[in-house]
Amino acid sequence: MSENQNQVMKQEHAGFPWKQVIGLVLSLALTFLALWIAVGLSLPVHVTLTIIVGLAIFQAFIQLFMFMHVTEGTEPVHQVIGILFGIYVAFAVVAGTIWILAYTI
Amino acid sequence: MIESIKSFLGYFFVTGDPMIYGADASIALASIGIVVVLTYFKKWKWLWEEWLTTVDHKRIGIMYIIAALLMLFRGGVDALMMRTQLTLPNLHFLNSEHYNQVFTTHGTIMIIFVAMPFIFGLMNIAVPLQIGARDVAFPFLNALSFWLFFAGAMLFNLSFVIGGSPDAGWSGYAPFAGAELNPGVGQNYYVLGVQISGIGSLATGINFLVTIIKMRAPGMTLFKMPMFTWSILITSVIVVFAFPAFTVALALMTIDRLFGAHFFTIAAGGSPMLWANLFWFWGHPEVYIVLLPVFGIFSEVIATFAHKTLFGYAVMVWSMVAISVLSFITWLHHFFTMGNTAPVNAFFSVSTMLIAIPTGVKIFNWLFTLNKGRIEFTTPMLWALAFIPNFTIGGITGVMLAMAPADYQYHNSYFLVAHFHSTLIAGTVFGIFCGLHYWWPKMFGYLLDERKGKWSFWIFMISFNICFMPMYFLGLMGMTRRMYTYPAGLGWTPINIVITIGAFGMGLGFIIMAWNIIWSAIHGKRDTTGDPWGGRTLEWTTSSPAPEYNFAHIPEISTRDPLAAMKEGKTGDLRKSSKPYEPIHMPNNSGIPVIMSGFMFIAGFGFVFEWYWMGIPGLIGVVACMIARSFVYNDHHYIPVDEIEKTEAATGRLS
Repeated sequence: MSENQNQVMKQEHAGFPWKQVIGLVLSLALTFLALWIAVGLSLPVHVTLTIIVGLAIFQAFIQLFMFMHVTEGTEPVHQVIGILFGIYVAFAVVAGTIWILAYTI
Repeated sequence: MIESIKSFLGYFFVTGDPMIYGADASIALASIGIVVVLTYFKKWKWLWEEWLTTVDHKRIGIMYIIAALLMLFRGGVDALMMRTQLTLPNLHFLNSEHYNQVFTTHGTIMIIFVAMPFIFGLMNIAVPLQIGARDVAFPFLNALSFWLFFAGAMLFNLSFVIGGSPDAGWSGYAPFAGAELNPGVGQNYYVLGVQISGIGSLATGINFLVTIIKMRAPGMTLFKMPMFTWSILITSVIVVFAFPAFTVALALMTIDRLFGAHFFTIAAGGSPMLWANLFWFWGHPEVYIVLLPVFGIFSEVIATFAHKTLFGYAVMVWSMVAISVLSFITWLHHFFTMGNTAPVNAFFSVSTMLIAIPTGVKIFNWLFTLNKGRIEFTTPMLWALAFIPNFTIGGITGVMLAMAPADYQYHNSYFLVAHFHSTLIAGTVFGIFCGLHYWWPKMFGYLLDERKGKWSFWIFMISFNICFMPMYFLGLMGMTRRMYTYPAGLGWTPINIVITIGAFGMGLGFIIMAWNIIWSAIHGKRDTTGDPWGGRTLEWTTSSPAPEYNFAHIPEISTRDPLAAMKEGKTGDLRKSSKPYEPIHMPNNSGIPVIMSGFMFIAGFGFVFEWYWMGIPGLIGVVACMIARSFVYNDHHYIPVDEIEKTEAATGRLS
């Protein structure tokens, strides 16, 4: 690591950020699609849930690839640890919440 | 017309209590005083250029600490008001509604506007210096984080004179915190003030995660980092993963309250318990967000003043990693009694007890570091030494509370109140005071007075025990938290008197510390060496206070505790380099963070009162600031070599 790399990070400017714009539009579209499926259509509850969970996972991938530079970076081990910890936390909150609230529903 | 203005003012301002009028007057006088002093001494330009627009991590750290100390004073006054009310049975110093507001603001302020910003302040000051960096990874974002915290804190604090304070406890449980049972603006202040500062906290977590991963000095591998930096790395990970749960919970509550949704209502298929669930999914990791950094501080201070290497470095790291993993699966223990199945309670009971293991391992590591050390009893060391037994008591009572069947007895009694104060005061508060005394010379270039520091330590620490030890027994005798008064004849009165004496003693200790800060600013011993304590890590290799660029040459690291290794003659002089100076690349100051946070404050205030004509333009202002920032291309400058030479010569580094 040379001395310069340790300094305050420099901003890079490389053309129009198409990737981010597409990501933003897709995120908005998927969010409103999920809202429309839940509110606008009257599908059976488990079908609605299946579709919107699918859309949520798709949107998570859009976030990872369009905004969060998952394909970049020099040390993939950091990415892997981060994603594994994220999966762990997501599992804890979703499964834990369902388990805890099952009693009250 | 006049009637409608009168009724508006009666709704807008909090009226009817002489103490509130006193607060109104003192806020007005203090504001006028600040404006007059700044104008008289022509300091407005200095304030704007040197502080409000700064992106220097050291100055941002100092601003965090000043704000946190002010908030500590406010939260402390809340505590003393509660203790005054509870000294004797059937007092009417505060009425029930006012008492509810005071305990709510006390809790929220102490956690979100004292503990977190104080820790963020210390990590801003110490972490870049400890890893040999010149600033954090995203200096602009760092300034924005601070100003968002400040806007959130000011919005929250405005509630007690304008509109009325929140009164549903710091945990803001639904359904009581919902629109139906809690109309008015109080809870809106809570959800919006905390939300705005929470955005800042999340950004700080990301910022320090990237800083520590990416900007360490050459040679400093992860396992050569100082323990405080390790604790901040792990804390940052917890911040990044825990805060979104709170952000979502607060947003849902805001939608419930402002737009009539039913996420947390009993009606229309909502679930009040979901609030408790989401709140504590953030709330329990939050406990470790404010504890792990002070574990790091104690590790630094104990090693420095025992004049020994930290015992069990790798074990210390791995126990923090274990705590961070376990901290996400214990949250239900905050509501064992809310009605869950037995397997749920059993699981969370066991996971909570498990977290005591890595914490206990750390306690033993500190003890073994002290073992056969040459211990120097400085003020920071006294805080660190007092932490070990006092915090252990809090930890052990935590394990008692973790047993779900027993918790049905302890739950929401003063036993619980005593437990979490034992951990948060003996842990977090002792830790931030320890860090404050330890890094003070690095922040300002002079030391806090040892004699006054020791007086404040002993008075605060003894009073803390007078205050909270009896509280365990009061809880076992049946007094529950959040009761604003109690009848005579239950045997609680003598204990309550003792507790109040302890609380005022802690106030006295804090006043002595404040006096010490003022006295030392005038008479304090200068630190000319940059290393007043005989430190072991990189922050003590640069001058005190550190120059804008921190290090003229980025140091090259080959061992842990590089400064200690240098003093023992194992490595070359870190402070000297034969290489010529090169121009140093630094970020430019920016006014956008403070302006953007001002718009955020306006938006927040508008939404608190549901004045959309005010809230929406405020948000538009926030977006406009983001757009303005994205067109700033000239965002850095270089410090020329002759200026570096001049600065280094002034500190005696250049021979």
